[in-house]
Amino acid sequence: MSWKLFELLVQASFYTVQISFISITIGLVIGTAVSAASLSPNRALSISGRTFVSFFRGVPLLVQLLLIYNLLPALGINVPSVVAAITGLSLCTAAYQAENLRGGFQSVPRGLLEAADMVGLSSFQQFRRIKAPIALRLALPSLVNEAIMILKASSLVSVVGIVELTRMAQDLAASTYRPIELFSAAGLLYLIINWLIAWGGSVFERSFRWGRP
Amino acid sequence: MTTPAISVRGLIKRFGDVEVLHGIDLDIPQGQVSCLIGPSGSGKSTLLRCMAFLEEATDGLIFINGEPLGYAPGPQGKPVRLPAARIRAVRSQIGMVFQQFNLWPHMTALGNVSEALKTVHGVRKSEAEERAMVQLKKVGLAERAGHYPSQLSGGQQQRVAIARALALEPKIMLFDEPTSSLDPELTGEVLNVMRALAADGMTMVVVSHEIGFAAAVCQQIAFLDNGKLLMTGTPQEIFGKPRHPRLDQFLDTYLDRGAAMLV
Ligand SMILES: Nc1ncnc2c1ncn2[C@@H]1O[C@H](COP(=O)(O)OP(=O)(O)O)[C@@H](O)[C@H]1O
Ligand SMILES: [Mg+2]
Repeated sequence: MSWKLFELLVQASFYTVQISFISITIGLVIGTAVSAASLSPNRALSISGRTFVSFFRGVPLLVQLLLIYNLLPALGINVPSVVAAITGLSLCTAAYQAENLRGGFQSVPRGLLEAADMVGLSSFQQFRRIKAPIALRLALPSLVNEAIMILKASSLVSVVGIVELTRMAQDLAASTYRPIELFSAAGLLYLIINWLIAWGGSVFERSFRWGRP
Repeated sequence: MTTPAISVRGLIKRFGDVEVLHGIDLDIPQGQVSCLIGPSGSGKSTLLRCMAFLEEATDGLIFINGEPLGYAPGPQGKPVRLPAARIRAVRSQIGMVFQQFNLWPHMTALGNVSEALKTVHGVRKSEAEERAMVQLKKVGLAERAGHYPSQLSGGQQQRVAIARALALEPKIMLFDEPTSSLDPELTGEVLNVMRALAADGMTMVVVSHEIGFAAAVCQQIAFLDNGKLLMTGTPQEIFGKPRHPRLDQFLDTYLDRGAAMLV
């Protein structure tokens, strides 16, 4: 395979990384809000949180992407397809991240919050200073896992016309008749990116050791 | 008469259908150490937690230095809930120490002690840490300031928890079995800190099975049995003869009889 082809694949893989990274970040923000809503004593909030999760977890990502891609123009909202792609990925990963974080939030011992109550931390301060860091630590391994899943799932955004890594490999394979080399190279690139994510995750996890060996 | 540090009036607490406190009336005097003793399940923790408004009473009122905590007497005799800011203000006079320490695992000892000063009271980080160090020195842990809870022994964690409560300069300290989850050789260091606090004139309410401590340090002892306050008095009155039969039975069943004899 020529160097030129490989360079095209690498460029497409940057695109894959960008779309995934943006979606995971947005998903983390939405997921945090959704998990807080699911756990809220307010019934309306907790029902909407859980409905969000069951919808975006229950409908295949491919269907979600196609739905968003067709729905937005039908509603008169014209957005570039990359926005539709990121919206779909973000909402889907938000649902999974919300579930991971919910588990994290629920395992914060009640006593830690009572201690916070006693020194006067408001509920928002408790969320920010006590619950969020502890929940994040507990959820971190599954969040890294989710990041890897989303990176791989980002190959689906080709259905809305995004030429990311998988699609680029397909296009090049069709024009060069060298599918085995191209898909092997694409696979290798995915593997390297995911190694980097896993490595970054473990570095990040180490900063959450809090004195444990 | 000075206002009691804490007044409990007609306190009833139910969990679902189960009534665990059946109308408690109790005054905690200023500047003294009061101990709550009683068999396990008798409602000691629930009573203490109601005094801190960590548990809401089903009926009855709590006054902290004369101010109602949580609920105030209402027009038709029915207590009315106070606004959250008011509850927080009254509660700020109370420090609480828990059986399980409840230190925040992601913060160092210094972080635990300075957290509320920084986050709640907006004290600059350097000043908050300076003030936290004063408290850590007081509990003998200045050199452990940078340690996380997981790097401290149970006794040290409990002393950090005491320092954390003291950093906000409460007028009253509540202790719920502060040494019960410690190995026996570690209880002494915590009790010593509590003794020093008592000698400083801190108003303290201590739920404890350490009868030796209760007899030596407490000016007032309240014996709780099955959700009722059976008797309150000085250690001499409580442990001296003749004893209430339930108390005698309690001392027999749960405690080191020898310690009670020291009185
Ligand atoms: N959150 C709760 N829900 C239901 N029952 C409770 C709860 N907390 C305490 N109880 C019950 O109330 C009674 C008194 O408990 P507690 O105050 O912990 O007793 P003590 O501290 O004297 O051992 C016990 O029967 C206990 O099972
Ligand atoms: Mg108890």
